[in-house]
Amino acid sequence: MSENTGTQRIPMAKAINLGLRRSMERDDKVLLMGEDIGRLGGVFRVTDGLQKDFGTTRVVDTPLAESGIIGTAIGLALAGYRPVCEIQFDGFIFPAYDQITTQLAKLHYRSRGRVELPVVIRVPYGGGIGAVEHHSESPEALFAHTAGLRLVSPANPADAFTMIQQAIASPDPVLFLEPKARYWDKADVDVTAADQVLDLGGGNGLHRARVVRPGTDLTIAAYGPTVATAMAAATVAEQEGHSVEVIDLRSISPIDFDTIADSVRRTHRLVVAHEAPVFFGAGAEIAARITEQCFYSLEAPVLRVGGFHAPYPVANIEEDYLPNLDRVLHAVDAVLAH
Amino acid sequence: MIQSDIHGETPHVGTQDDDLIQLLTVTGERVHHQTYSSRVAHLDTEALEGLYRDMVLVRRFDTEATALQRHGELGLWPQCLGQEAAQIGSGRALAAQDHVFPSYREHGVGWTRGLDLRKVLHQFRGEDHGGWDPAEHNFSLYTLVIGSHALHATGFAMGVQRDGDVGTGDPDRDRAVVAYFGDGATSQGDVNEALVFAAVNDAPVVFFCQNNHWAISEPTERQSRVPLFRRGSGFGVPAVRVDGNDVLACYAVTQEALERARSGGGPTFIEAVTYRMGAHTTSDDPTRYRSRAEEDYWRTRDPIDRLRLHLVAEGTAPEFFTALDAEADAYGEQIRDYCRSIPKAESSRMFEHVYAAEHTLVESERAWFTEYEAGFATEGAQR
Repeated sequence: MSENTGTQRIPMAKAINLGLRRSMERDDKVLLMGEDIGRLGGVFRVTDGLQKDFGTTRVVDTPLAESGIIGTAIGLALAGYRPVCEIQFDGFIFPAYDQITTQLAKLHYRSRGRVELPVVIRVPYGGGIGAVEHHSESPEALFAHTAGLRLVSPANPADAFTMIQQAIASPDPVLFLEPKARYWDKADVDVTAADQVLDLGGGNGLHRARVVRPGTDLTIAAYGPTVATAMAAATVAEQEGHSVEVIDLRSISPIDFDTIADSVRRTHRLVVAHEAPVFFGAGAEIAARITEQCFYSLEAPVLRVGGFHAPYPVANIEEDYLPNLDRVLHAVDAVLAH
Repeated sequence: MIQSDIHGETPHVGTQDDDLIQLLTVTGERVHHQTYSSRVAHLDTEALEGLYRDMVLVRRFDTEATALQRHGELGLWPQCLGQEAAQIGSGRALAAQDHVFPSYREHGVGWTRGLDLRKVLHQFRGEDHGGWDPAEHNFSLYTLVIGSHALHATGFAMGVQRDGDVGTGDPDRDRAVVAYFGDGATSQGDVNEALVFAAVNDAPVVFFCQNNHWAISEPTERQSRVPLFRRGSGFGVPAVRVDGNDVLACYAVTQEALERARSGGGPTFIEAVTYRMGAHTTSDDPTRYRSRAEEDYWRTRDPIDRLRLHLVAEGTAPEFFTALDAEADAYGEQIRDYCRSIPKAESSRMFEHVYAAEHTLVESERAWFTEYEAGFATEGAQR
């Protein structure tokens, strides 16, 4: 197949599709399950064509029951399979919350390592697409609080291609948070099948943050949908004479604090941006840890930019809820003013 | 309908005996059933004595564990008292390769899987969240969140299908999965979703519901307007209702359901009508919500008594019962000794197996805790 090798300019949704395909080719225990993922190819078409090529026992259109999807995925994992579940939208994950946090996250621990739960839960998350309610949420903090789960979120097609394969190879359950507003952003991706990407601990590891733009005056840490916003803010700041470093965290559990701390020790200033509400969010954890670790390097308090403590608003005002370019720049200015 | 507060001999929803499949009466007489008698025809006296021994030893284990809790050796104990026939009868119908997902009261089923029941004590002594290897006996860990494991059983059965271990006709290969849960669990969404997933996938899973009449303090009327087994038809799942205190009937209906599952016929829902003769757990006080008259009524329907009556009538020698009593006494002593010898968990255990692969947060917290603990040792040495 021509699509098996070389560099292609593809959107993130296609990159995930190819990553799923690679994983399914590599390991016949990998199977996909979810609502509308088979014949339809998923509401975002991320699984397009996979049922046709891998059959209905490996790409399963499930009953419309999220707890049932995750609960049966647990059973399949206990039977030796590697289920990749799609939750259709972020706001639909909560019927499965009990199975994820009470069962999936804890069974390895409860069994003292005797069973493994290599289950991936793919969740299109975040806003900015003008959707109706329950279709634009960022629930990552609710899951990051639960030991036993791993949480990652790619910000670009190349990472999406690699990270989905790493997540599937992980022996632990992984929430794979897909920034739905970035599904159609295109970039060059080397889609050559490469087993070395499965090295979780290396420099390209699943949980390693990456400095995506070096700078000297201030660091913006972001993940998923807000990485592009942070990059845009850095470009604007540069025009105003400020050198901004941008870190793509890539992983929310665990968080690569070392990479953030290294950066802050050089730039002395930190802004964290995410779409999720800032209250008890990932930014709060980062602010606390960086303050503990880098107190004497900081020239200003760590500021967070994110959602408010209100339900995700109606689509016509969502731009004011989201940490858009203006709000990130507002925080950058405030931190630089110290 | 206003919920009746009259217990005793007032039957709960649909507990009339004539609804039930029964092969052994309360007074120990075998009765013929057109469909099911043939499934126990091969059980000779020795086999029946074996089932009796199973039930007696499981009850001894349960009684010892209850006493150990009263002596402060266990934090809590969920008794299976009164449910021995449902558990032994269904458990003895299983093949070695069948896999069980128990709730938390299925000590009798564990016994039939060859699990050393003493390992169950670890969890209730506060030293483990499990205590055994699920793969060793095809017996998963207990699930305390009601009904969650019905989905795990269904997913496992979907895995069995994908392994091709259904409908081959090879009795050593074809596999079934059984989920054990109670009457209260039938109200849980997960149990209902499990029935949906099992039905549409023809999954080789048996839903074995022990209706013991009480979900802690709530009688079955608070869970359902219809006999629980009738739920099956709405899902397209064949369902049967069996006398859960009749070890032979439980064996027969489970064997039928397992055969259906293994041969590719899909799931079955079994409602075994039994009675929780003990409390929900040792923390519970049933005198607050049920009558002595009701307990007395069910005491006359004890699952062990009826098989004993049958064995005696069929000529089992008194020496059999005497020897079994001695065996139970010796077993009781082993249980007590073992319980007190369970090693105490080390504090560092809390960091073990949180993840299968390294997680930097857990590692940093483990390192901090180790250093913190070591600080006390140094401090102590300095004094």
